[in-house]
Amino acid sequence: MRGVAIVGVGHAKFGRRTDVNLGELAWEAVKEALEDARLDQKDIQYFVVGNVGGWSAEPLPAVVIGEYCGLNPKGTMRVEAACATGSAALYNAYLAVASGMADIAMAIGVEKMYESPTPTVVEFIGRAGNYFWEFENFGLTFPGYYALYMTAYMNRFRATEEDFCRVAVKNHYYGSMNPKAQFYGLRITVDQCLKSRYVAWPIKLYDSSPITDGAAAVILVSEELARKITDTPVWIRSVGVATGTANLSRRSDFIGLDAAYQAAEQAFKRVGIEHRDTWRYFDVADVHDCFTIAEVMAYEDLGFVERGMGIQLVRNEQTYKGGLIPVNLDGGLKAKGHPIGATGVSMAVEMTKQLRQSVEPRDRQADIHVGWALAHNVGGTGHYAYVTLYSLDKDGSPKVKPKR
Amino acid sequence: MGMSVEARYEEFWRQSIKQLNEVVKATGLPIAPDEKGQYNLWYDVRELRLRFSISVERIKRFFEGLKEGKIYATRCRRCGRYYFPPQIDCPYCKTSDMDWVEISGEGELLTYTMINTKPLTYSHYPDYIVAIARMREGFNVLAWLRVNDPEKVRVGMKVKLQVTRREPEGYLTYEFVPAEQ
Repeated sequence: MRGVAIVGVGHAKFGRRTDVNLGELAWEAVKEALEDARLDQKDIQYFVVGNVGGWSAEPLPAVVIGEYCGLNPKGTMRVEAACATGSAALYNAYLAVASGMADIAMAIGVEKMYESPTPTVVEFIGRAGNYFWEFENFGLTFPGYYALYMTAYMNRFRATEEDFCRVAVKNHYYGSMNPKAQFYGLRITVDQCLKSRYVAWPIKLYDSSPITDGAAAVILVSEELARKITDTPVWIRSVGVATGTANLSRRSDFIGLDAAYQAAEQAFKRVGIEHRDTWRYFDVADVHDCFTIAEVMAYEDLGFVERGMGIQLVRNEQTYKGGLIPVNLDGGLKAKGHPIGATGVSMAVEMTKQLRQSVEPRDRQADIHVGWALAHNVGGTGHYAYVTLYSLDKDGSPKVKPKR
Repeated sequence: MGMSVEARYEEFWRQSIKQLNEVVKATGLPIAPDEKGQYNLWYDVRELRLRFSISVERIKRFFEGLKEGKIYATRCRRCGRYYFPPQIDCPYCKTSDMDWVEISGEGELLTYTMINTKPLTYSHYPDYIVAIARMREGFNVLAWLRVNDPEKVRVGMKVKLQVTRREPEGYLTYEFVPAEQ
């Protein structure tokens, strides 16, 4: 295996993108990534498309996008890992380059969720688990799955609905500054969140990420090419991948996502760090906050803090910029939006920009001390999990951040 | 309770198709502005309906059990593992040698939620509680919890798993009720 670096990133505006079709939306991200890397389609040897679909018209999105973006006749495949589809696409492109099968590859994540009416989308996402045993008879919804975790977590650790609303407030705060975010310009208060209607008690509308159209793209190259293309390659140093049971009833507890824990364990092991107090090693992180409870569990599954202490990070505002570990400075899924297949690639774009220190406005640029970043992307309700570690260094283990 | 789910569903699509036909008639194209009146959308003239058919041949004993008022799990004869939902293969022993065992029905609530925003195909039911309970045998079951007062539901409460008829469809399934009921 050889080193793999990100040398180009592109990101479409997230939101209700009824002004573009699937190919046009993907092209916004692909074009920006090519320009960022100063590469041409002919340089891309392989591309992979992350798209869940079902709610959108094209059943073969990879070839539709390949044609529209001028990537033919290069090889491709479409991958699916529910809400972690984007990270699966990134992982697939990473493997292609690391193994030597390609020197330059592109990962594209794209989702058009507004091609179907909302009831159809709700129906589809509710089936994201074990369809036969948990949807067909019991009508779970996506917020419903996470609500099962929130109830158990609140009961076990005496967390309150207000605690969780603070996560939403933080992510809206940063999303409001991100022009690519669905809720750009829209901050919320704890009170607004608490007064929003329940969608699956105890989860409220403002605890939830929205339905989103969006696309993101990254270009990955081998270590031989990286420095010829850019002065600031961002290295993909480690990827951890794991799964959880399809049936939620087969989980042993409902206070954390085992798949995310396992993926983190693998990712940390590969770069030689222990799976505890891990906030010390990363300047910034993007975690999967499809619901506010998911962000809190992520802090603990990733070992930023111990089980049950995630809520303290929220109460003490330690995941804002300047805190112990800044999380979701792009707005997260909550405020940036969650176009299922694009989210994981969008995280790669954001971590790259954070490490390059090129985020605008500067109020959402993390301070970069050690040059390491982490992305945590969950598919379904811990059905799939991907933890990806990024660094400005090609070699060596993460170092502990300086004391503030 | 008003319209049945089929009627609601048909009404939802009938309205969309009616509007589509009017637009085509007036303009010669199935193109109209989006919900917010901002951008032009082509409204699909082809419909795709999905209703799947799923094999239950090898677990039919489970469904026969429901008819007798019993809820079965499977248990591997070699390793003793319980399976619920029931399955006929033990991937760990690589055997298909299972006992069908009736579940005691005694459980303790691990967690629950009330579904307020329902999928369209569930829109004809009142808001429902989905719960997961640990059964005495050690495995978990996910089902609806039927209670008179949702405010009284607590993690840790004792529940009983029983066969029920899901109305208005009238098919057999299973549900939790509080143990003292």
